[in-house]
Amino acid sequence: MPDSAARLNDFAIKLANPNGSGSASANGLLMQAMFRMGVPVSGKNLFPSNIQGLPTWYEIRVNGDGYMARSLDYDLMVAMNAQTYERDVKEVRAGGFVLYDSSWPLDPRLMRTDVGFLGVPLAKMCNEQFAEPRERVLMKNIAYAGSMAALLNLDMKVVEQLLTEKYGGKKGLKESNQKALAIGYDYAAKHFNCPLPFHLGPMNENGDKVLIDGNTATALGCLYAGATVAAWYPITPATSVMDAFTKLCAKYRKDPDTGKNNYLIVQAEDELAAIGMVIGAAWNGARAFTSTAGPGISLMNELLGLAYYAEIPAVLIDVQRVGPSTGMPTRTQQGDILSCAYASHGDTKHILLFPANPAECFEFAVKSFDLAEQFQTPVIMLSDLDIGMNDWVVPKLTWDDNWRPNRGRVLTAEDLQEMSKYFRYSPRDADGVAARTLPGVDAKGSFFTRGSGHNRFGVYTEMPDEYQDVIDRLLEKHQASAKYIPAPVVLTRPGAKIGVISLGGCDAAVREGLDQLAAAGTPADYMRIRGFPFDQPVTDFLMSHDYTVVIEQNRDAQLRSLLTLETGVPKEKMRSALFYGGFPLSARQVVESIQKFEEK
Amino acid sequence: MPSITKPIAAHPSLAKNQLGLTIRDYEGSMSTLCAGCGHDSITAAIIRAVWELSLAPHMIAKLSGIGCSSKTPTYFVSGAHGFNSAHGRMPAIATGANAANRALTYIGVSGDGDSLSIGLGQLSHAIRRNLKMAYILENNGVYGLTKGQFSASSDLGSKSKRGEPNRVSPIDPALLALSIGATFVARSFSGDKEQLVPIIKAAIAHRGFALVDVISPCVTFNDHNGSTKSYSHVREHQLRAIEADFVPPAPEILAEITPKGVTNVTMHDGSVLRFTTLPAGYDPTDRQKVYNYLLEQQSAGNVVTGLLYVDESAPDVHELANTSELPLSQIPFEALCPGAATLAKLQDEFR
Repeated sequence: MPDSAARLNDFAIKLANPNGSGSASANGLLMQAMFRMGVPVSGKNLFPSNIQGLPTWYEIRVNGDGYMARSLDYDLMVAMNAQTYERDVKEVRAGGFVLYDSSWPLDPRLMRTDVGFLGVPLAKMCNEQFAEPRERVLMKNIAYAGSMAALLNLDMKVVEQLLTEKYGGKKGLKESNQKALAIGYDYAAKHFNCPLPFHLGPMNENGDKVLIDGNTATALGCLYAGATVAAWYPITPATSVMDAFTKLCAKYRKDPDTGKNNYLIVQAEDELAAIGMVIGAAWNGARAFTSTAGPGISLMNELLGLAYYAEIPAVLIDVQRVGPSTGMPTRTQQGDILSCAYASHGDTKHILLFPANPAECFEFAVKSFDLAEQFQTPVIMLSDLDIGMNDWVVPKLTWDDNWRPNRGRVLTAEDLQEMSKYFRYSPRDADGVAARTLPGVDAKGSFFTRGSGHNRFGVYTEMPDEYQDVIDRLLEKHQASAKYIPAPVVLTRPGAKIGVISLGGCDAAVREGLDQLAAAGTPADYMRIRGFPFDQPVTDFLMSHDYTVVIEQNRDAQLRSLLTLETGVPKEKMRSALFYGGFPLSARQVVESIQKFEEK
Repeated sequence: MPSITKPIAAHPSLAKNQLGLTIRDYEGSMSTLCAGCGHDSITAAIIRAVWELSLAPHMIAKLSGIGCSSKTPTYFVSGAHGFNSAHGRMPAIATGANAANRALTYIGVSGDGDSLSIGLGQLSHAIRRNLKMAYILENNGVYGLTKGQFSASSDLGSKSKRGEPNRVSPIDPALLALSIGATFVARSFSGDKEQLVPIIKAAIAHRGFALVDVISPCVTFNDHNGSTKSYSHVREHQLRAIEADFVPPAPEILAEITPKGVTNVTMHDGSVLRFTTLPAGYDPTDRQKVYNYLLEQQSAGNVVTGLLYVDESAPDVHELANTSELPLSQIPFEALCPGAATLAKLQDEFR
């Protein structure tokens, strides 16, 4: 029996489709309409590495309290993919509903008695109303959105407005969409008890918020930080970073007087070349970056060592996906933590930043350039597919017009004129950083950059003491950067004995899970790590709890390993909760994993 | 040690260029290559060329990969900015450097291992993009630093020092470059400075990517009988079929009447390539004909040298991208950051 208890603004929907059928625009429309109604909402696109035919799911969670992690309790399943009917119908919670296309009868074996089945003859109606075969397929999606609008009490004025904004100039398209929407809406209104017990009601939570994906926010950060050179090789899920950067530059980086471009984006032949271009550009004084995913990081390892050893700034955006190898390119993971921390052969350590949402993608992208230039070294921002490619509701991004980039220690022609002689790696400052010069600025600033052994004067060496002198300073430099890394976010609760540690996109699920645990009588403190190297507060948190649980999305406990290696805290203090199947984390998984430790 | 610098005691009578610098001002550290190495002759030719062009040393960026040839940027123009990068990756580093600052002169030095094996992809794509740089490939047909393995430019049948013949088909950088749209292709011989200096000058003046393949014998591992890259073999088989002078921009020369038998090609910057000797029917601006001629002569066992092909009509990376004339690295931040008000407004799209 379907559940009849009313619930306002607290439910989850899952939409199952074959990919390439055009469902994304209908799903996006639903999500955006809910956002416009002022209701906290989140969307997770679980899509295949394919262009047409494989299963794709889209999950929408509405939660008036603002919990935005993935929900595993689906109140409504929109089952539009015969390939996955069986699994999809099983996933609906008892008391929930299934919306399906009743143009054909549903196999009785799929029926469940504890779930309500809502059949809408979508294909039949669309075939009657639309002539073009492609339009019939596309409009089926809009028709189910129409039915959902009726079932969920979606504000149709908002939907109308969105269609106008989207198809303003294209009358035919707008009319088709309106017609399809009405077909679905009217059928549901006539045949079902609308709205369903769980449904929407207007709120006012989104006035100062935006609905944005992490990759777009990252591109905005690069634009605002003053990046002028970008080099990249197409790869899921990072491609949309450069797509967005390209669009933004075309709009905001054309010189108004000359019509010339104040940027250069190079689509490289591979990731080896992409990072090489970034290093060349940064060596020559531009703010430069690349965006990539794990396979690209593997290829970039070689030149990351060059940038590290020759002390050249470089910004890398790693939008992580599931590895190893090709892995699952359209699934999310936090599997590149260790390979990024120590990327390249020999002794190397890099600065890492871990944004948790699109707002931090914007903030940390800007920060990456400052850190890279301040410490004359590569900085890798580790986003992931969930953050990068899903739309998140975050506070509107803001900018301080007084902000100026920190270009680090770069000598001007005037500085050089006052010096008797310039050496690239000497003298150093308290952070281990020596002043660099840019080619072409002044004859006195010329030096020879090399990835081969060099001494503190930048001169080739094979002598042990001279080599160690430089490589030891690089370690000091890395350690010194810790105090400039965004500090961990720590949330404490009275009476907490255990500490939970996490990072990146796990944040929303961990916060929600810890709220639930606290309500159930198990309060836990929480520290979200936002970068590497770790500063003292990280160690302090680890030491001040009986034990900690490190929650992360990889098999090998990479964050825990890094904490063990780099803090000196005994590894017995840390336990692991690992989720690496490729889908975004949910609060239920967090709660269950911590309860397991508490039972032991 | 490459760090050893030569004492500069320029004789007062040494000639000075337009910047008032003598050729000694364009030298670098002492070479650490083997005595008699072809690469050192190329280094000398580079020094001569940039001195004659009166380039300010600090406005030159000299880049290389890894290998014997890639060590040489240390040995010329110590006042230039140098970058000895990673094996086969110099073209990417140069692409980025050029992207950031189009005002510098880029000279890349590479070898046949660096360019035709590990770095073949990057070289090819730099050619395709028509990156503005002079790319000097010091080609000796052998891996020197690792002691004598065949390289990708070793000719079929050419013998190693131990007498084994190479049985793997070679990559000819000039033919490869022509086939993927190169806009400047030259080949020379390290033992022929007279030919090499004007070619390097022209390569630097060229609008885009200039490939200069220089056969440069390895005295230690590839200068024996049976090698097709030995001094004696190249001297015997060099065919100086194409002779060209480089004439820097100067109005009076442009006004001069071209003598009979001379073909002039005007370069993008106004300088002129004056071809004084060309094979019958040869046109250095006709890609197809040049390609056919090279293939024919190669089958006959000849090493054709000279400025083989030039196309001054193709735009370089920046021209294609419509990049600002002011180097990107010099654009003030205020012109790059759209500001708070724009950020607020552009987010209407995300509502």
